[in-house]
Amino acid sequence: MEKFTTLSAVAAALPEDNIDTDKIIPARFLKTTRRTGLGKHAFDSMRYRPDGSENPDFILNQEPWRHAEILVTYDNLGCGSSREHAPWALLDFGIRCVIAPSFADIFFNNCFKNGILPISLPRDVCELLMADSSMGSNARLTIDLPRQVVIRPGGEEVPFEIDPFRKHMLLEGLDDIGQTLQHESEIKSYEQKVVGERPWMPVITLD
Amino acid sequence: MAPRTLFDKIWDHHVVETLPDGTSILYIDRHLLHEVTSPQAFEGLRLAGRKLRHPEMTMAVVDHNVPTSDRTQPIEEPESRNQIETLERNVKEFGVPYFPLLSASQGIVHVVGPEQGISLPGMTIVCGDSHTSTHGAMGSLAFGIGTSEVEHVMATQTLLQRPAKNMRVTVEGQTGPGVSAKDIMLAIIGHIGTAGGTGHVIEFAGSAIRDLDMAGRMTICNMSIEAGARAGLVAPDDTTFAYVRNRPFAPKGEDFEKAVAFWRTLATDPGAHFDKDVTLRAEDIAPSLTWGTSPETVLPITGTVPDPALEADESKRVQMQRMLEYMGLEAGQKIAGTPVDVVFIGSCTNSRIEDLRAAAQVAAGRKVAEGVRAMIVPGSGLVKRQAEEEGLDRIFLDAGFEWREAGCSMCLGMNPDRLTPGQRCASTSNRNFEGRQGPGGRTHLLSPAMAAAAAVTGCLTDARELV
Repeated sequence: MEKFTTLSAVAAALPEDNIDTDKIIPARFLKTTRRTGLGKHAFDSMRYRPDGSENPDFILNQEPWRHAEILVTYDNLGCGSSREHAPWALLDFGIRCVIAPSFADIFFNNCFKNGILPISLPRDVCELLMADSSMGSNARLTIDLPRQVVIRPGGEEVPFEIDPFRKHMLLEGLDDIGQTLQHESEIKSYEQKVVGERPWMPVITLD
Repeated sequence: MAPRTLFDKIWDHHVVETLPDGTSILYIDRHLLHEVTSPQAFEGLRLAGRKLRHPEMTMAVVDHNVPTSDRTQPIEEPESRNQIETLERNVKEFGVPYFPLLSASQGIVHVVGPEQGISLPGMTIVCGDSHTSTHGAMGSLAFGIGTSEVEHVMATQTLLQRPAKNMRVTVEGQTGPGVSAKDIMLAIIGHIGTAGGTGHVIEFAGSAIRDLDMAGRMTICNMSIEAGARAGLVAPDDTTFAYVRNRPFAPKGEDFEKAVAFWRTLATDPGAHFDKDVTLRAEDIAPSLTWGTSPETVLPITGTVPDPALEADESKRVQMQRMLEYMGLEAGQKIAGTPVDVVFIGSCTNSRIEDLRAAAQVAAGRKVAEGVRAMIVPGSGLVKRQAEEEGLDRIFLDAGFEWREAGCSMCLGMNPDRLTPGQRCASTSNRNFEGRQGPGGRTHLLSPAMAAAAAVTGCLTDARELV
């Protein structure tokens, strides 16, 4: 996983509540067996017209926002399905940071697993960042993860909260599995304890 | 010890270790796999040279992509076929118990788990699918995870988690005639909204929930995610134990009795703390459906489409307006009487035998309206077989419904079962997002009886008028 430290980039505003994972990546594109290559289908129904051509009204089809690396939206971003294809599609498009007043739980988790930083900020702050983003490439937002601030184009700093463990994992680009496997002996002793306490627990075997 | 909730107890039983920052390593009892969200996880294991820690706690089935028509023919869509073949190679390589496409036990993962006794009370159950919350009806902590977490469970049989907050939704009283579990859940989501449960596990309680059979409880817990909750739960009781007894993978004989004794200890203690507590009166719930493109846009079938002009919040007003345009509806119109093109009875929400019986009761002796395509997609091969033994297939076929094979089908249209742009569908599934059932498709979520009523009248109809 790519490390996340600081990011200075164009931000795109999608001023909507409840942008669901079907909207981020429709189910018909989930037939891949790979993690990459989904960027061209990100926001498919908003980005393309029925004949397959680009919809010029959609912000991610406009300069400079087609190079956006930050998305700013309203509440409950990523609601719906657990599909990790949603952050994969965002990442493949080039998005490294998503900012919203609130997120759906599974999507929020999935972002961290892919080096995307989700930042939760109050709605009125999101509105300010959306206004900044409308100024395009002259108005980059800077995300400073070590210091936990979003720096607006005028230099004003907006602090944000992040779980220390997740911050550490993002900063170092670490894989959760390797971390958990360091606790192998605790997992083993838990397993032995359960066999003793709940011996009736069945296993699944098929002939 | 302080009084604890059902969630607290299951959580406590599964904490391997709590790390200094408050994250816990949570042990997972059952890992369910399907073809769409697992290939990248298997690939990750392979690349890292890791083993699947406990194949005997893992189960796989194909459901999202599978055709629901004749299955003796090869699968036409090459990408769907590839995902299914990839799963088949992976389960073989890693030794995972698997219900193949042509097995009678194949079906939607959230129907198969409880049906086989693989999902049991008190367990932690995960799957790379948000509707894993369904299994919470067994009194288990069951939730959807992303593919990176699927890989994490494969490698470690654990997940890194922080405890959720506790929320209780109580539905007290007796529902009126023609009001099903689906109507109760739509009413709850309409009441608390699609983010009403965010960060929480919802325990569903009250007499109207206790009175539900297991299929009804599964419908309720299934749509917990539509209320934003991490999971839904119903306390295991005699209804649960009667359901579990004699299932193929459930404990047997003396083991079963020991298990029940343990399961009885799980119910929420009197006085346990809930961070959020919501109560609805069952008498107030009418047969319901959605009018918009978010599951919280709920109306009683006797209601009218809301008017955005009356919405004070501007961004909400704009969104309502867009929903009306997308759905092809006018503010103030009566929702009943709106013509439909397609009826879909199926999905992990409503495809169990009880759901099919409710639909058949309405369909019996009637005909599907002209110009309407009506499909029945049973949740599993075993549900299909039982329905055929009860003669439900004859009722549906005589009425002009399609009687299909088990799978996720038109709930998300990954297989050929899809709406075309502008088609209006009365659907027993769980999501009405734009394009969910096919690009441009218009979805109304409702109960199996209401779906059958729409099929035979050709429009959205109060099912109470037909039974």
